[in-house]
Amino acid sequence: MTVKKRPKHLDLPKIRLPMPGFVSILHRISGAGMFLFLPVLLYLLQLSLGSPESFEDFRAIVAHPLSKLVLLGLLWALLHHLCAGIRFLALDLHLGIGLKQARHSSAAVLVVSLALTLILGVKLW
Amino acid sequence: MVKRIVVGAHYGLRDWLAQRVTAVIMAVYLFFFAIALVTQPALDYASWKALFASQWMRLATLLFLLALNYHAWIGVRDIFMDYIQPTGIRLTAQIVVILALLACSIWSAQILWSA
Ligand code: HEM
Repeated sequence: MTVKKRPKHLDLPKIRLPMPGFVSILHRISGAGMFLFLPVLLYLLQLSLGSPESFEDFRAIVAHPLSKLVLLGLLWALLHHLCAGIRFLALDLHLGIGLKQARHSSAAVLVVSLALTLILGVKLW
Repeated sequence: MVKRIVVGAHYGLRDWLAQRVTAVIMAVYLFFFAIALVTQPALDYASWKALFASQWMRLATLLFLLALNYHAWIGVRDIFMDYIQPTGIRLTAQIVVILALLACSIWSAQILWSA
């Protein structure tokens, strides 16, 4: 069997993604980002549960403005990935696969995850 | 003859399904976890610790973290299959990720039960 040569157009700066494509690539980026920070998050969980002393260490770390910024980014990553993930699961069930609905739902994912990040971020900050 | 391409793992329907099952497990856990958090009277060490004291909470959280590690493994492997073309480099990267996530899984259990 010969492997078919497929056409490729991966001139990244030239690609203009439609909204659902944009949500999709952000889903990938957010998943990869959470993966990279997993050890850090586990370490924070360990500190927070270890002892009253390590709990104080935990609070000192998350109180630092730089950590807050990173955690806010991860919170957005989680919320975007969660919302976009639920959207993908719906699409898998053939819910909302019309072009118009797909555009609307991808816009909803962007808006809802940003809004939730803002609300939770303000509460937690 | 079928041309076999080394990808480093079986992939297809089973993993596709596993990624969806783990996604649902995580979403359900996060929903209840969020409720548990906002209904806490205070978020100090005592109440945080008490939240994770019951065997139920520990098991549910471990299940969540195991699902997360499995989900991340399938997801990261898919990303590698898309972007890393040389087989040797891809396999090496995949093995590093498997080992790292395996370590994270064991560490998760240790955190929950030594707390
Ligand atoms: C919170 C609940 C979560 C849900 C509902 C969810 C949902 C999903 C779904 C449905 C997919 C498959 C997308 C596809 O096949 O196109 C996926 C992919 C992925 N997820 Fe998650 N996920 C969750 C949490 C996480 C977490 C915590 C991580 C990271 C540690 C993660 C990392 C990934 C990665 C890396 C991919 C592959 C992305 C890609 O192939 O483009 N996910 N997720």
